[in-house]
Amino acid sequence: MEQVLSQAVLVGIITSAIRLATPYIFASIGEAFSQTSGVVNLGVDGIMLVGAFMAYYVVLKTGNVWFAVLAAMLVGIAMGLLMSFISVSMRAEQGISGIGLYMLGLGLSSLLFKVLVGSVQTIEGFKPLDIPFLADIPVIGEIFFKNSLPVYVAFLLIPAAWWFLEKTTWGLKIRAVGQNPAAADSLGVDVIKVRYFAVTFGAVLASLAGASLSTALVNLFQENLTAGLGFIAVALVYFGGWKPVGILVGALLFSTVNAFQLWMQVLGVDIPSDVAVMLPYLLTIVALVAVTSRIRPPAALNKPFDRGEN
Amino acid sequence: MSNSSSPAQARITSVEMRNIVKRFPGVLANYNVNFDVKAGEVHALLGENGAGKSTLMRQLYGLYKPDEGQILVDGKELVFNSPADAIRSGIGMIHQHFMLVPTLTVTENVALGLSSTREPMLDLDLVEKRVLELSKLYGLKVDPTAYIWQLSVGEQQRVEIIKALYRNAGIIILDEPTAVLTPQEVNDLFAILKKITAQGHGFIFISHKLHEVMAICDRVTVLRDGQMIGTRSTEGITRDDLVKMMVGRDVKPLPLQDHPEGEVRIKVAGLRAMGDRDAETLRGVDLEIRSGEILGIAGVSGNGQRELAQCLTGLRRASAGTILLDGEDITHMPLLQRMSAGQAYIPEERMQDGAIREFSVQENLFLRDHSAPENTHGIFLNFKRMEQRTREVVKEYSVKTPTIETPIKNLSGGNIQKLILARELSRQPKFLIAAQPTRGVDIGATEYIHQKLLEQRDSGTAILLISEDLDETRSLSDRIAVMFEGKIVGIVKRNQATVEQIGLMMAGVSMAEAMK
Repeated sequence: MEQVLSQAVLVGIITSAIRLATPYIFASIGEAFSQTSGVVNLGVDGIMLVGAFMAYYVVLKTGNVWFAVLAAMLVGIAMGLLMSFISVSMRAEQGISGIGLYMLGLGLSSLLFKVLVGSVQTIEGFKPLDIPFLADIPVIGEIFFKNSLPVYVAFLLIPAAWWFLEKTTWGLKIRAVGQNPAAADSLGVDVIKVRYFAVTFGAVLASLAGASLSTALVNLFQENLTAGLGFIAVALVYFGGWKPVGILVGALLFSTVNAFQLWMQVLGVDIPSDVAVMLPYLLTIVALVAVTSRIRPPAALNKPFDRGEN
Repeated sequence: MSNSSSPAQARITSVEMRNIVKRFPGVLANYNVNFDVKAGEVHALLGENGAGKSTLMRQLYGLYKPDEGQILVDGKELVFNSPADAIRSGIGMIHQHFMLVPTLTVTENVALGLSSTREPMLDLDLVEKRVLELSKLYGLKVDPTAYIWQLSVGEQQRVEIIKALYRNAGIIILDEPTAVLTPQEVNDLFAILKKITAQGHGFIFISHKLHEVMAICDRVTVLRDGQMIGTRSTEGITRDDLVKMMVGRDVKPLPLQDHPEGEVRIKVAGLRAMGDRDAETLRGVDLEIRSGEILGIAGVSGNGQRELAQCLTGLRRASAGTILLDGEDITHMPLLQRMSAGQAYIPEERMQDGAIREFSVQENLFLRDHSAPENTHGIFLNFKRMEQRTREVVKEYSVKTPTIETPIKNLSGGNIQKLILARELSRQPKFLIAAQPTRGVDIGATEYIHQKLLEQRDSGTAILLISEDLDETRSLSDRIAVMFEGKIVGIVKRNQATVEQIGLMMAGVSMAEAMK
């Protein structure tokens, strides 16, 4: 056990945890926007898959990560608008339309991968970006300041999302629409527009989450690359109580356990790998049960808005 | 529009609605209605539930579009596509169910929907300053930094008024503004309205309470079944005139007579229970109800009435205390057993707890007693007998329904309530809990329900009446228990206390103090 918990291993686990948290943060913050406005988007994983594939494919063909980012954003906009149309305009049951979106994303990304690429090939995605001076600090520099750009962006997203939701007029509208859309409507807020924005913005972040996975973390694509990561992201929103900081805590907790189990496998600790892989998911369930008592979702979550005129 | 509510911009002084027609599938909600209001007056819009008052006002506020007719603001014809248009034109509306976001502060609620002077950032400090100015100018006391969920109903209403004034509303619609207030809060509201009216604003006061209309309004327009009956000055008009306009006929007052007191039926001692939000909402209730007596519970909603009804019916677990029915402890008796012991319940939320929307009249009538021996053949339902019984009930209680197979959601509130009453009274209960039995019910059905309750009382049933309508509580109850924060503040006999005295107790003043 001593060998297992040496300093090098600990640093390794934390470094991995920071990196692994990236897609979770992107996707969960996106989902938080959507849910704060009152729309549960269960299609996150599907959006991530398509975003991951498109970004991967663009890098594969052009070698340009910025085009990849742009492609992922367009995927997010398209899938976000689709989700908005179904759940906000058509007022379909959100749980069902989200699952539909997931299936669509899973199928579409697999199909495109088979048709356009065929076999698993690695790409050269985002390169590590050392922050001058800070990267030279022992241990701390290694963990925090030798990451690729998407990792930094993910962590900057936390204060940015908080600022947007709490301090801007649009943030106030999003919060109001998720709590009492009728009240917002009576003050002239366009509930439909605000929800379209929040859902679509959330989908763009989900798509970027996928892109960060395929072009910054693993630098490849394969069928069902995310393996349900998007669903965990939805759970993390509940865990974090719809607050960016709460989501950060959840994402780090989750990625740390994940990094831990990965390192255990690498070091050949004698636990069946299936059990190790299960560990983070088990943790999600336990954590969610533990925090349910303080969970108070947006009051209008999952409720389509209808002014009542026939 | 800038966030400073631009006092420089002239405030509107009149609104007129001409020949308004609004149809919903199968319903003519408004037919050729004319209505106008000017700055400096309070104009009442009077009518029963379903008369078309709210529909008319929702068109003025841009929530619905009229099928025919015009809306004129300061003499200019305008078309409102959304509330935003109406607000911009200087019209404000205070809905019966407040349009506030409980998780936001007063200031945030006011700022919602306005553009900021520092886009995209909020300018909450400026909004707060202006809120304080308005609150001072019009005597609307409220803390701008408080969260809405922390405020009393009266305070929330003041926030709503500030919201409208902040948007420079010249004409403000008040939809049943007194429904949730104590008599004292009503007085405060009226004083505020007078002050605001004197400063050149006009109000539309939607109500079905005649004495309030007489007390605060200058003119009154009566609607009945979507049609306009007429507009009168409140000067020189009597209460009876208004009732006749509203209902289309005279309504007789309830015959009240004293009657011999029976044995104690229900004895509640030290009853405590938790509310939905993990706080104790019943904090030691003691009361007795005798056979052949109606005990009315008065109180502002949210003071434990709901929990009391639920504990008595067995829908909520009592954490302490006892409930005795004819001397038998029923505190933790399961629901079904309580019902066979002679308990009946008219729930507060008719459509949520009292009936199943999609089920037919017949199915709803037998929700309760479907497994009683007379309604079954072994494991099968005895449809023949149920159908026959339904026809009897529909006739006896004059429930207006096309057929007994009609889904209950298609019936009016009054008819649904009659059916629930029929169901609950069918077994001659010993003890009846009637929660808000006439809320949202038209005057005709209300009359009928009141009569039935009195008949039931005279036949020996002990009745607990919970009502937010103090007039109803006072006219039906033999004794009135006033509830405040989960306790009974005092119990008075009918006519022993004035409305004001009961009002004081509803606000938590002790009985000894209130009765001075």
